[in-house]
Amino acid sequence: MRELDVAVLTTAIAEMVMDANYNLGLDVYQALEDALSKEQSPSGRHVLAQLVKNADIAKTEQVPMCQDTGFAVIYVELGQDIHLVGGDVSEAIQAGVRQGYQQGYLRNSIVADPLRRVNTNDNTPAVIHFTVVTGEQVKLIVAPKGGGSENVSAIKMLKPADGVAGVMDFVVETVQKAGSNPCPPMIIGVGIGGTFEKVTAVAKQALLRELGQPHADEFYAELEQKLLHRINQLGIGPQGFGGNTTALAVHIETFATHIASLPVAVNINCHAARHFERIL
Amino acid sequence: MTKKYITTPLLDEDVVTLKAGDQVFITGVIYTARDAAHQKLAELLAAGQPLPIDIAGQIIYYVGPAPAKPGQVIGSAGPTTSGRMDIYTPALLALGLKGCIGKGARNQSVKDALIKYKGVYLAATGGAAALLAQTIRKAEVVAYPELGAEAIYRLEVENFPVMAVNDAFGNDLYIEGQHQYAVRETEENEC
Ligand code: SF4
Repeated sequence: MRELDVAVLTTAIAEMVMDANYNLGLDVYQALEDALSKEQSPSGRHVLAQLVKNADIAKTEQVPMCQDTGFAVIYVELGQDIHLVGGDVSEAIQAGVRQGYQQGYLRNSIVADPLRRVNTNDNTPAVIHFTVVTGEQVKLIVAPKGGGSENVSAIKMLKPADGVAGVMDFVVETVQKAGSNPCPPMIIGVGIGGTFEKVTAVAKQALLRELGQPHADEFYAELEQKLLHRINQLGIGPQGFGGNTTALAVHIETFATHIASLPVAVNINCHAARHFERIL
Repeated sequence: MTKKYITTPLLDEDVVTLKAGDQVFITGVIYTARDAAHQKLAELLAAGQPLPIDIAGQIIYYVGPAPAKPGQVIGSAGPTTSGRMDIYTPALLALGLKGCIGKGARNQSVKDALIKYKGVYLAATGGAAALLAQTIRKAEVVAYPELGAEAIYRLEVENFPVMAVNDAFGNDLYIEGQHQYAVRETEENEC
């Protein structure tokens, strides 16, 4: 059985939180450039050009693209045939976050208690999602998530009879309500199905897909396109100044659900869509 | 998009030259404050005590910057969502505050106060934090250092780029811009 010291996870996570915050993914960068060539509104083009330039500066100078360096959301896919040694896995991951945010001059944005609101001063705790898979590898995904776009995300328990139309209306309504707050252009993660808690996890996972990759199932790929079309007809535009680039992409992920249920969750991400993956 | 260049502090005469949709470049001193600092300012006002900074003629920037790397003036410094400051803003405008910089829509009471006291709401590009930081020449904490990123900083900026969203005449770029580019039901194709 393969052995892996959890200290390796700490180092990896520390590097990954910095990487994710400094280097905008090529998929998003490309999508911003594409949008720039298609955007009709002059102020929209101005904003998109700023965002491309911002990504360049962040990458060259190795500084955070956004001052909100996010809640560290971390996915761990743990191979069932690996033996982790050297300490507590969760603790090792939290230590990586602590190290990375400090060494990387990233902002500490986490308060220990939601109502008493005292900053933990090291950006921990991270939100960690563990899954166990086959094999003897560990896959880490680090996805720092900004508060502005998280705050306008929404969930609704629809009736099965609401169907496709109900789902579409809820997604479009949520984006319309979000308006200029989540720093459009946005990326829309939609979860459909599961239970109350599962649907939100599915929506967030939808944000991890490479931008512009359609859903493997044609039915949902088509639904993604229809939603993107409707969202970009809202006119919100880059930063909400008006324009036809309100969202860069809509990603849907689904899960089986109960005969009585149709849960839908919309997790909104901003253009600072950060996620970084590494296999150990 | 008309380009306008302004230097702080602002007078009413400066504010009324700005119209929603103008691209504005700010040079001079601006102050930062976000949720926690606003709450402290509100507590002082409620207790009838003086504020730690004189806000007459000034601009407040809603930002909690990232820490500066060695050699940097300030870390990445983009705007935070302004709506959370709505409850505090009218009282500050009444005291002579002339502008605020953030991102996202303001409520009606802020828009009314901008007309009443002649103020302007400006939006910086959310997420363009590395780019915006490059226009900041100097940064020092002037109040509430214990709040860390949420402290009040005095920033000296040079051509800090913003967009006028709510002017002193009741215009709103968010509403007008969206209206201009929205494709209405009747024009809509298959979906
Ligand atoms: S919504 Fe995104 S781009 Fe905007 S401030 Fe938050 S993290 Fe940055």
